[in-house]
Amino acid sequence: MSNITLPRFQHIIGSGIVAAVGASVCYISYTQQPSEAFLFPRLIATVFVVLALWTFVKACLGWTKVGNGISLTQFKNLAPGLIIALIYIFWAAKGLGFYTATSIAFFILLSLYDPAPHRVLKSWVKRIITTACFMAVMYGLFALLLKVYTPREIFF
Amino acid sequence: MRLIRQLLQAAQFRRFLLKIPGAPANIATTLDGHAMALNGEGAKALQLSFLSSAVGGVFGVLLLIFLTPVLAQWALAFGPSHLFWLAILGVTVIGSLDSASVVKGLLSGCIGLWLATIGFDDIMGAQRFIFHPSLGGGINIIAALIGLFAIPQVITMFAKGHKNDGTEAIQVQKHPIKSAVSELLRYKRAMGIGTITGSIIGLIPGVGGQIAGLVAYDQSKKFSPDKDKFGTGHPEGLIAAESANNAMVGPSLVPLLTLSIPGSPTAAVLLGGLLIHGIFPGTDLFDNHPDVAWTFINSMLIGQILMCIFGLYVAGMAARVAQVPQSMMAAIVLGLAVFGSYSVQSSMGDVYVMASLGVMMYFLERFGFSAAPLVLGLILGPIAESNFIQGSMIATATDGLAPYFFTGPLNLFLIAVVVLSVLYSGYMELRARRYTSKEEIMG
Repeated sequence: MSNITLPRFQHIIGSGIVAAVGASVCYISYTQQPSEAFLFPRLIATVFVVLALWTFVKACLGWTKVGNGISLTQFKNLAPGLIIALIYIFWAAKGLGFYTATSIAFFILLSLYDPAPHRVLKSWVKRIITTACFMAVMYGLFALLLKVYTPREIFF
Repeated sequence: MRLIRQLLQAAQFRRFLLKIPGAPANIATTLDGHAMALNGEGAKALQLSFLSSAVGGVFGVLLLIFLTPVLAQWALAFGPSHLFWLAILGVTVIGSLDSASVVKGLLSGCIGLWLATIGFDDIMGAQRFIFHPSLGGGINIIAALIGLFAIPQVITMFAKGHKNDGTEAIQVQKHPIKSAVSELLRYKRAMGIGTITGSIIGLIPGVGGQIAGLVAYDQSKKFSPDKDKFGTGHPEGLIAAESANNAMVGPSLVPLLTLSIPGSPTAAVLLGGLLIHGIFPGTDLFDNHPDVAWTFINSMLIGQILMCIFGLYVAGMAARVAQVPQSMMAAIVLGLAVFGSYSVQSSMGDVYVMASLGVMMYFLERFGFSAAPLVLGLILGPIAESNFIQGSMIATATDGLAPYFFTGPLNLFLIAVVVLSVLYSGYMELRARRYTSKEEIMG
């Protein structure tokens, strides 16, 4: 077990989660009532759990050849963006209003990942203008053209 | 329908300028296309590409027009057991042929089939796997598609960090369209090989444009007197590959429109679109909704010609398109994904489902799973389930479950195709691994 590399460890964790989901689906399918409603899910769940366990065993034995996992650098890069995106989707969009939340999230993400220097005023002006243009297009498209009524909550 | 064309053709700009195949179908085109761009023939390469695409594409759509209604009549003979096996075939073919790992492809298909069962059961009205109120109405296909395809791309862009992807823009010099047309006529053999190869390969479900492009490229090379020039920026290779990967688009819709088997992930998305509007492929489509069916097919034909004209005239501006920074692209796609999934049913639940599936798919992709079989499972799940339930009711009243689902020439044929596609993919996977390990040993 001493030669467990990071990708192999990740494969074990990943396939373990999939196998756990498969086992839960299988358990629910075979225990819930009415049984007629779970006839098809049972069929699917059985194949699901068999394939998931096979994948998990392969990962534990180090036989997995496909998928590179996530390197530490990639994880460090994606973590801030992913956290902002999740806050935006699961809280801010409903809590602050779609347009406010989208403009804040867009600006933060643009600033975070923009390769342009952060100490130059011009690049900040460019980001603000880009955000404003994007929001104008979104408002024009969804509110005016498609007439989609989005949650407006605290702000807009 | 024009979306397929636009996706394949928009990919050409990135492909030539950055040597990034925007879609797997463009791998073969990149071989000579990028070399031509480096040789200062970028505009010529784009023009030849658009022209040969249009020729191949129009031929493919004509094949679709003549074959589909005939095969749709044949589909009338299908009962619930056959339709159940067809749905399973759709998932297994894409799951096994379109994935790097057969087991993971099939597992992705199973996850999709399971996701399709979430919500209220149609017959008993029982709640199934409703872990959160957002899942009460089941998983909305459009929200799921946005999540499964767009969000992993956004996270992939995040994972690249601050790295500036602004690849150096290649100058696209002007080139008269007239000479591109005469050049295309000069290489009519390559165009013929590409068009015929692409059309035949397109009819086989699950075999994508990348195979059509590569096979046509290889065949064209074999028949060419200038074999040595292939790969160095030779128009013949480009024309063969490009006409093939577009000629397969029309025929790839024949199994979808007649038998509900999506021949490609894009066709699966189209199937989802039809089902959302209560339209079922097969005779129903041509008998009860001929307006939809023919508008759909004719728009492909018009789309071919319009995309060719559009492509020829905007080729010069292509370099600018390829320079949009990834940071901006990620933020734009995320915003559009949220608004797009919300606007389907004005439901925050759909946005949560979209985000959850998207994040899950990103991590699954990192471990070798793929989105295409999962999407197919999700789309074909209700078809498979309703036919399974109908079939089991008939079976209970007649000979029993096993004889109903496992006997009869059509059932046996479909089961054999399911098994063969899995075995073939497994064999190909093993062969590829052996080849890779041999190469590693040889250094």
